Amino acid sequence: MNNETPLLSVTGAGHRYGDRFGCRDVNFDLWPGEVLAVVGESGSGKSTLLGMLSQRLTLDEGSISYLTTRESSAGREDGTEFELLDLATLSEREVRRLWRTEWGFVHQNAAEGLRMHVSAGGNVGEPLMANGWRNYSKIRSEAEMWLRRVEIPSDRIDDAPATFSGGMRQRVQIARNLVFGPRLVFMDEPTSGLDVSVQARLLDLIRQLVAELGLAVVIVTHDLAVARLISHRTLVMKDGAVIESGLTDRVLDDPQAPYTQLLVSSILQG
Amino acid sequence: MSAPRIVYNEGYLDEQTKRVVRRALLKGVAIPGFQVPFASREVPMPRGWGTGGVQVTASIIGPSDTLKVIDQGADDTTNAVSIRHFFEKVAGAASTTLTEQASIIQTRHRIPETPLREHQIMVYQVPIPEPLRFLEPRETETRRLHALEEYGLMYVKLYEDIAKYGHIAKTYDYPVLVNGRYVMAPSPIPSFDNPKMHQNAALQLFGAGREKRIYAIPPYTDVESLGFEDFPFEPQRFDRPCEICGSSGVYLDEVFIDDKGGVMFVCSDTDYCERTATAGERRQTMEKSA
Repeated sequence: MNNETPLLSVTGAGHRYGDRFGCRDVNFDLWPGEVLAVVGESGSGKSTLLGMLSQRLTLDEGSISYLTTRESSAGREDGTEFELLDLATLSEREVRRLWRTEWGFVHQNAAEGLRMHVSAGGNVGEPLMANGWRNYSKIRSEAEMWLRRVEIPSDRIDDAPATFSGGMRQRVQIARNLVFGPRLVFMDEPTSGLDVSVQARLLDLIRQLVAELGLAVVIVTHDLAVARLISHRTLVMKDGAVIESGLTDRVLDDPQAPYTQLLVSSILQG
Repeated sequence: MSAPRIVYNEGYLDEQTKRVVRRALLKGVAIPGFQVPFASREVPMPRGWGTGGVQVTASIIGPSDTLKVIDQGADDTTNAVSIRHFFEKVAGAASTTLTEQASIIQTRHRIPETPLREHQIMVYQVPIPEPLRFLEPRETETRRLHALEEYGLMYVKLYEDIAKYGHIAKTYDYPVLVNGRYVMAPSPIPSFDNPKMHQNAALQLFGAGREKRIYAIPPYTDVESLGFEDFPFEPQRFDRPCEICGSSGVYLDEVFIDDKGGVMFVCSDTDYCERTATAGERRQTMEKSA
């Protein structure tokens, strides 16, 4: 693994809606295997930031660079080489390649990330087929393995997510996003809208998978408990700007910015 | 005073429109399997009855052409007969039911059993030209998928079939990969006919009137039906011969013959069936007289 360069490096990034900035002047580095939580109230620019990082929204200011891996042509021993990409300059084909092979995106609403009327197995197998897998049995057994990993019983593999509960849909979505072995996963409020007990299990699952696979994750949440549970570092956003950042425990236990202090103290203590 | 005679331009469409369609056809031939948008015009029949095919035929037909029109393999169905009469009237073209005599064959649902030869043109009537349509509803997105050659989605459909039925259950409009590049919907021909498109000597043109798309397969082009390594494409098979002419290895229609549910299986290609039957009878009479 390359230890000198961060996986994702964001400098002065901003996105503009008309003449107003949705978020601005964001700086951070994300290292392989690191989980970064972005917290803040509704309208603070969290989702805009995520959209910008994932190339769904244009980058109007600053730069984002990403360290991609490629099959080595020079025949190096580990078979891969690293290349630093400036995301703003990438062609659509390149961005799509990243989505197919290196990036995952877990939506808040599973219906956006899944084909609701295609079977769970088909949903999980689709990224594999997009990557050129053409052997039915292999695709199916891989999908089955991943569904098992996210605790979906294997007799549900041929059922459509439309027949699943919210928690199950979210787990299928996670399986679909991890099946091709991504290096970076974006998550937009993956647990909100779920029952509290389901939330806890899902977080546990995400934490376990992230640790096993050494994924880098950017997770957007308005729930500080989620940030506390799974992230290493936290960015606090307000009005489109990052007002505080640091290790999650430091930010939550010893908040410096007045807004963060307010946010932390507003959690119901039970 | 007699009613004024209506004079149609040769081939019904005006010259500008024919140019538009021909230009789309040329582009289609240049990029096999690529769906070329074109300004679909009104023709004197409802959309969905083969307006795309009629526009393509109208743009390439002339008085020296011989037209054959088949509908589900049959030359004698209403639609086939009226399209044939239409072009006799507006293009002065001759018409035929014999496959090898035709220079242009407009078709819905079948490719004739008689092998096509060079300089023949097949015109397919296409209802839905986009093979990814029922998987991805957005046209902007499907165009992008074609442009970037991302066909994982097509395989999801095949995967679903195998998961549900144990085999690929799609028996018509079976998706094909043309010239190793574009995935194409071959119009609702049975998958039985798919292998005939591969390296065919004839030029194959596809017109979708309602969806305003034209595409083409030039002669001798690779056309590969999609499949998985362990579940390859398999054309439909029939385990019986035609009950009229006795040919096997042809596409059969199931025809009801009484009110008690009795059925018989006969060739869907009426021209082929008639000729095989007559040839068979002739052989029998010759054998008897000998």
